[in-house]
Amino acid sequence: MLILLYKFYFLNWHSDCMHFLEKALTDPERVPQGSINMTDRFMLSRRQLLKTSAAGAALGLASAAFPVRRAFAAAATVGFIYVGPKDDYGYNQAHAEGAAALKGIEGITVVEEENVPETVDVQKTMESMINLDGASLIFPTSFGYFDPHMLAMCAKFPDVQFRHCGGMWDKAKHPMNAGSYFGYIGMGQYLNGVVAGHTSKTKKLGFVAAKPIPQVLLNINSFLLGARSVDPTITCQVIFTGEWSLAVKEAEATNALVDQGADVVTCHVDSPKVVVETAAGRGAFVCGYHANQSPLAPEKYLTGAEWNWAKVYKMFVDDLVAGKPLPNFTRGGLADGFVKMSPLGPAVSEPARKQFDATLAEMMKGGFAVIKGPLNSNKGAVVATAGQAFPENAIELESMDYLVDGVVGSTA
Amino acid sequence: MDATEIGLWGVPLAILGGAIRVSTPFIFVSLGEAITERSGRINLGLEGTLIFGAMTAYAVAVMTNSPWLGLLAAAAAGLCFGLFHGWICKFPKVNDIAIGIALMLFGSGLAFFFGKPFIKPKAPNLPAIPFGDWSDIPQVQAALDVNVLFLIGAVLSVVLWWAFRNTRAGLILRVVGDSSDAARAMGLNPNTVRLIATGVGGALAGIGGAYLSLYYPGSWTERISSGQGLMAVALVIFARWNPLGCFAAALLFGGAGALGPALQSVGVTQGYYLFYAAPYILTLIIMIATSSPTRSLAGAPGELSITK
Repeated sequence: MLILLYKFYFLNWHSDCMHFLEKALTDPERVPQGSINMTDRFMLSRRQLLKTSAAGAALGLASAAFPVRRAFAAAATVGFIYVGPKDDYGYNQAHAEGAAALKGIEGITVVEEENVPETVDVQKTMESMINLDGASLIFPTSFGYFDPHMLAMCAKFPDVQFRHCGGMWDKAKHPMNAGSYFGYIGMGQYLNGVVAGHTSKTKKLGFVAAKPIPQVLLNINSFLLGARSVDPTITCQVIFTGEWSLAVKEAEATNALVDQGADVVTCHVDSPKVVVETAAGRGAFVCGYHANQSPLAPEKYLTGAEWNWAKVYKMFVDDLVAGKPLPNFTRGGLADGFVKMSPLGPAVSEPARKQFDATLAEMMKGGFAVIKGPLNSNKGAVVATAGQAFPENAIELESMDYLVDGVVGSTA
Repeated sequence: MDATEIGLWGVPLAILGGAIRVSTPFIFVSLGEAITERSGRINLGLEGTLIFGAMTAYAVAVMTNSPWLGLLAAAAAGLCFGLFHGWICKFPKVNDIAIGIALMLFGSGLAFFFGKPFIKPKAPNLPAIPFGDWSDIPQVQAALDVNVLFLIGAVLSVVLWWAFRNTRAGLILRVVGDSSDAARAMGLNPNTVRLIATGVGGALAGIGGAYLSLYYPGSWTERISSGQGLMAVALVIFARWNPLGCFAAALLFGGAGALGPALQSVGVTQGYYLFYAAPYILTLIIMIATSSPTRSLAGAPGELSITK
């Protein structure tokens, strides 16, 4: 019984990649009869609500020239759903910062809910955002929200727009009121690697990773290749913790990396707080991820790859306010402002700063490829032949299943 | 040998260091639960108490700048949770397991609610005693930085083991746990004894929480516990309600938890999920080896609702 309880408790915490598990748990039988009735009741109020909001929108258009009527022009409510706490110094904080940037825009109301598990709970959250708050655009930010939860809501509320963070939306398979947006943050990890390569004295870097999925692998490879652009003898030790958020295991992994001589550590877990604090406590330098963690270790923090979701969310909301159709498939990197770097810390040397700036300038021009030949995986297989290059938007990178030569670690 | 290169020695060192670093919350929660279960009640809510203790300790330490006041506050908060559980369970036909689950959810929810403003600020940490100063190797020094709470936990487990056998209070606790009727015949009130036992158990779990947020990993986040409170409750059964066994089992789980990251750091990278499962496999093996179909669990208190 304890084990069951334990499982139940943990389901609340999975962010990415557990969607197939949750799918099994969201059988229709599990939805109690009562809630179906409730939905019917909501449907009524929804119709009512649509009528009023349509009227409101019409009034809003008509009244654009009459500021007296602005009260009716409360054009749109935008909903944000996070899988964890929104001040986690990590993934969820990055999204919450983006949502906060919308709060100043006139006529836009932001509603948020945090700690929403990737179960039928997220469907309930979406329904209440639509029915009770009148949300017309919803951003479910966690990977496992997409299928089946967000898709079910897309079918149920065809007038509401849904945009999911990740790369799951496919024109052939999914409805047009759904869509996905994502950023090429591997470039940021490459720049982290450049600074780490200059800073490391032991020539050993450390990477605390959650799970060996393509995006994580690309980040690890980018970090190492960035460092190798400074010194080709550098290696990077990776430790997979197996979960997106396990504070004690992340601390243990960081300690193990420092014990083995790694003197610059970065990570790809939901909340890098523990990794940053533990590494800095052991005297190692750190590169951040997701959000700016420099307040946690001002002396040891070199730089960090951060999301700049404010840019993306503003783009969507501008389209929404202007009445334009929202894009379904949105991608961007450093040059598009989807990703940004933390300001360089005090420990960054002058040569590191120079190479960082030069590499960043080159990336901003576009077409920069981190994965380019000749390049082997750490198992000896050729991943790119001489002359072959995969720029950030190359579709091949989205199915990455290898660690490049120089990374000590295994994908299984 | 270069001072930063310790190679394969990193594995035993990490297990030792991990046993010392990771085990402390397990020690306190399982000792607390051992006291409670010896009195004949199960408090499954210690996971919630652990999280609430972690939050309270961190919040008070931030506000007063003293980790010791934080520790005291966590113990007091844990005491309240324990007393609450003990008080509700004294009413007839109340199921202690169900109340425990309710308190687990209540404790973590309350901790998330009050803990919001304390995620950002930084609290002072509890001190550690550097037992590794004799060594020149920084890794050994780091592994042997022993927190005072670990030492207190070690002493406490010996004291409890002795007290259960040799003191009047220990005898009263065991009588109440083994037979309410016998206890009543002796003129004892089982509910009072259980109330106190659950309260003390809660206070110890609160201290375990303080260790999590004030020493290792040393920060307050909503996911700080990742189920350690539940595992510690299970450890008590594994340890057969013996405080020394609780201490050993906590060390085992701490050390085994460090095995996965340590093996990956020396290049044993295949099958890390299997290494992460090591503590559970070990538990299963020991449980199977020590249990027998012909007798009931050795050491189980007779009044416990799971063994009755």
